[in-house]
Amino acid sequence: MGTAVAGDALAMSLDTTTVARIARLARIKVPDSEHEALAAELSNILTFVEQLNEVDTADVPPMTSTVAMTLRRRADEVTDGGDPEAILGNAPDRVDDYFGVPKVVE
Amino acid sequence: MAAPALTRLTIAEALDGLATGAFSAVELAEAHLAALAAARPLNAMITETADTARAMAAASDARRAAGDARRLDGIPIAIKDLFCTEGVRTTAGSQILADYVPPYQSTVTAKLFDAGAVMLGKANLDEFAMGSSNETSFTGPVVNPWSPGPFGAWTRRLVPGGSSGGSAAVVAARAAMGATGTDTGGSIRQPAGLCGIVGLKPTYGRCSRWGIVAFASSLDQAGPMARTVRDTALMLEAMAGFDPKDSTSVDRPVPEYAAGLTGDVRGLRVGIPKEYRVDGMPAEIEAVWARGVAWLRDQGAEPLEVSLPHTRYALPAYYIVAPAEASSNLARYDGVRFGLRVADDGLQALYEATRGAGFGAEVRRRIMIGTYVLSAGYYDAYYLQAQKVRKRIAWDFEAAFERCDVLLAPTAPSTAFAIGDKSDDPIAMYLNDVFTVPASLAGLPGISVPAALAEDGLPLGLQLIGRPFDEPTVLNAGAALETAAEFSWAPPALAVS
Repeated sequence: MGTAVAGDALAMSLDTTTVARIARLARIKVPDSEHEALAAELSNILTFVEQLNEVDTADVPPMTSTVAMTLRRRADEVTDGGDPEAILGNAPDRVDDYFGVPKVVE
Repeated sequence: MAAPALTRLTIAEALDGLATGAFSAVELAEAHLAALAAARPLNAMITETADTARAMAAASDARRAAGDARRLDGIPIAIKDLFCTEGVRTTAGSQILADYVPPYQSTVTAKLFDAGAVMLGKANLDEFAMGSSNETSFTGPVVNPWSPGPFGAWTRRLVPGGSSGGSAAVVAARAAMGATGTDTGGSIRQPAGLCGIVGLKPTYGRCSRWGIVAFASSLDQAGPMARTVRDTALMLEAMAGFDPKDSTSVDRPVPEYAAGLTGDVRGLRVGIPKEYRVDGMPAEIEAVWARGVAWLRDQGAEPLEVSLPHTRYALPAYYIVAPAEASSNLARYDGVRFGLRVADDGLQALYEATRGAGFGAEVRRRIMIGTYVLSAGYYDAYYLQAQKVRKRIAWDFEAAFERCDVLLAPTAPSTAFAIGDKSDDPIAMYLNDVFTVPASLAGLPGISVPAALAEDGLPLGLQLIGRPFDEPTVLNAGAALETAAEFSWAPPALAVS
């Protein structure tokens, strides 16, 4: 999307429908009764960050590395593993050597 | 030596005492365990590990007797409850990890324990390190030991700062000689400033992030908190170093920070960033800042004004970048592999119920902001723009460091405030980090050194920011400030004991 469109979008404050959509995307159950208060809080934060639009960034590359460095590579080989007890030790639900979850395929 | 005296020692002094046999590591540990128990009204610890501490101290004494004493052998420290400790519950201050026992040790704690440090327990923090007051922990707020009134029956309960609030509080209360912290936007420096101790955020990449519960991975950095600059240098020597398990760990030698500490600042060019003189800054903070400039000048440094033009955009950039990264990092808490599970009808509902119940209000807010700014149609406008502004902020520092060697600024815009004062206003809370966030965005090392007591009797810190991996200069200038400030105050409730 272009910046002009983005500028328009930024000027909007969030409504409760959008809050519900974000909560769904974030996989967080938010009771309906809290949507309105959250909409106000999140809108305040978005208003606060909108001042970033004042900065001319036309020729500025986005920061992609906090310190100047090239990411290392290593050989693609197994270096750890083979310890199901450690891996499953904190599992809320365990079935043999698997994590247990509710049925996902009917 | 009487027990209270042992808790007044610095790490450097304690290492000397252990070396000469004036006291044992077990005696040192017992004195601190007693102090920690007495300090419980602060709510500064989530888990005390007295048995572990005693065993580690006994092992330390045995090593010393065998002539195998290490760098920090026998020094009792607190570990922020964000560092995974093998076999010891690690909660990140969150309900969602309330019962999580890591099967592995973080690199930084492994290095500290290899160096002989003794773990007293796991220190309280803001939930997932998201906060500036240590009020968002699932175990409740931490109280600043500088709170006025009788200990435990304070007339006003003040915050210790955050997110490493428990770490700062126990060190200030003389219940631990040092502590680990993590700093994403100021979480070591700001609580150090508010509690009258020293806190160092190293250069991004200096300490391994492996095994530290992730908040915002391009910003998170572990660092030491202690009562003197020398003590933080001693701790950093043990904590820093290359780790192949952290892809952004930097492979370069770790200097002998403490041995290199001379406090000699002659000829050091100290930049004073004019944009840090913000509207509404309390006069006494401006005054202590000016005093800091004079202290360094009197010792031969050369102060000069510099400009960091994009300073005012650091906080808004941070409050896009950090929540965006948090929303991604915290996606792992799904109720399936570890942590809390709240069963519901089907897998999607299980995710939503678990995360709805497990995350507190501030964490939920930040995940939702992060989710929104990364969502289709908003990524360019918010996230990409923030990363470009972040680049401009980093360039500002690069330009400033062509003219100076280190920057001097206040640590925080106020002294400690009361618990509850800012918890209803996220933006007001975020403003606590106005002076610490810019260096975080640029990945630079920064230290907070206690400088003075304000009129309200509470500590004020000064901050020094250096070039990447120039911790030696930051520490050295910090030592010069420390010498001039002669900050020897302890929290009033402790001073009488």
